[in-house]
Amino acid sequence: MKAYWWKVLAIALLAYTLTAGLLIDVPRLPILNETIRALFFHVTMWFGMILMLVVAVYYGIKHLQTGDLAHDDMAVEFTNAAILFGVVGITTGMVWAKFTWGDYWTNDPKLNASAIGLLMYFAYLVLRNSLTDVYQRAKISAVYSIFAFAAFIPLIFILPRLTDSLHPGNGGNPGFNAYDMDSNLRKVFYPAIIGWTLLGAWISTIRVRIRRLERKMEDKLINQ
Amino acid sequence: MWKEIVILVKKEALLEWRQKYAINGILLYVISAVFTAYLSMGAGSGSLQVPVWNALYWIIILFSSVNAVAKSFVQEHQARQLYYYMIASPEAIILSKTIYNTLLTLVLALLGYVVFGLVFGNPVADKPLFMLNLLLGAMGFSASLTMVSAIASKAGNNGTLMAILSFPVLIPILLMAIQVSKNAIDGLDREINLEKILTLLAINALVTASAYILFPYLWRS
Repeated sequence: MKAYWWKVLAIALLAYTLTAGLLIDVPRLPILNETIRALFFHVTMWFGMILMLVVAVYYGIKHLQTGDLAHDDMAVEFTNAAILFGVVGITTGMVWAKFTWGDYWTNDPKLNASAIGLLMYFAYLVLRNSLTDVYQRAKISAVYSIFAFAAFIPLIFILPRLTDSLHPGNGGNPGFNAYDMDSNLRKVFYPAIIGWTLLGAWISTIRVRIRRLERKMEDKLINQ
Repeated sequence: MWKEIVILVKKEALLEWRQKYAINGILLYVISAVFTAYLSMGAGSGSLQVPVWNALYWIIILFSSVNAVAKSFVQEHQARQLYYYMIASPEAIILSKTIYNTLLTLVLALLGYVVFGLVFGNPVADKPLFMLNLLLGAMGFSASLTMVSAIASKAGNNGTLMAILSFPVLIPILLMAIQVSKNAIDGLDREINLEKILTLLAINALVTASAYILFPYLWRS
């Protein structure tokens, strides 16, 4: 129980998110209407993605300090999970945008910033594959991921604030900010962030274990 | 440390001067890119709209600086790299390469500006601001490109890798520079640019600082 309590917590929180997120009373806002429920399934993806990227950067730094491949496993799998969340976030966002803004893609700073972020992390994966030596690969990709993260943060936090976004809560659009994010929404929103992030961490740790087993088997084959 | 950097920058410049084909090649690259754009647009002097002029100019600068900086870690022999490794600190190396590449990018941008103005006409109203913006853009470009070229050189340095690694990192700098440059061309009040210029400076500082911290790890491997 000690080791997997958080997995139980993840299942419980996600079950709560799914039921409450689809069933609770939400405020009726112009344009948004029922699509405000995207808050629990789309907006939370970005929070999960950023949190997992922070974890990946943390392990990247740890790897640079110690040179231990175990940290590199964690870094790459958390990045993979973050990319998955990013892709899901962009897809759900596009579906949502089609219904509220009438187009799959608009020239919105937040959309563009997230697309650029994904490009950055796809490039990270290409870079990893182009290196053959495991230690070299771990070190250089850790350096790139920290460097890219340092460029990604101003992109998503500063640039959207300089030009107006179509997103709810920006530029006079109705949204979830101070005056109209009611406490009902919050009761689901925060648990949803934690639940999705835990799910991401769960996926990553499973993949890390697969990676370690594969390495063990490879070593066995070589030493035979 | 400063002495080391000055010597290393001088060395870069000397090396460039000795193998003139590299610098001549990249200068010619800018001119032919501008001329190709000119012929493809089929536009005469002054007939290009300001946003198009601006975007075209910055894209050409982006591609030429990626090409110019890509060679910074491969131009020299591996044995000579080992020699620098022994006598110079990694911080001095990354800073000196960044400074040298800033100068190089600035030269490219100025040359591009002159040729662009020649064939497309020069709509810039606020020239000092435009120049300041060019300087800041060149600093940001070279700081991130130098670091990325160091990474790409470890991975066999193919051109595709250099481009895909650097474009997403460069976009915030490029966007800020394009916006300021648009305002400079229109000659708008300088005060409205203050926030953007500060943002550009902050991004530059962030990129330079992270390159400074991370490069030693790369250099050691």
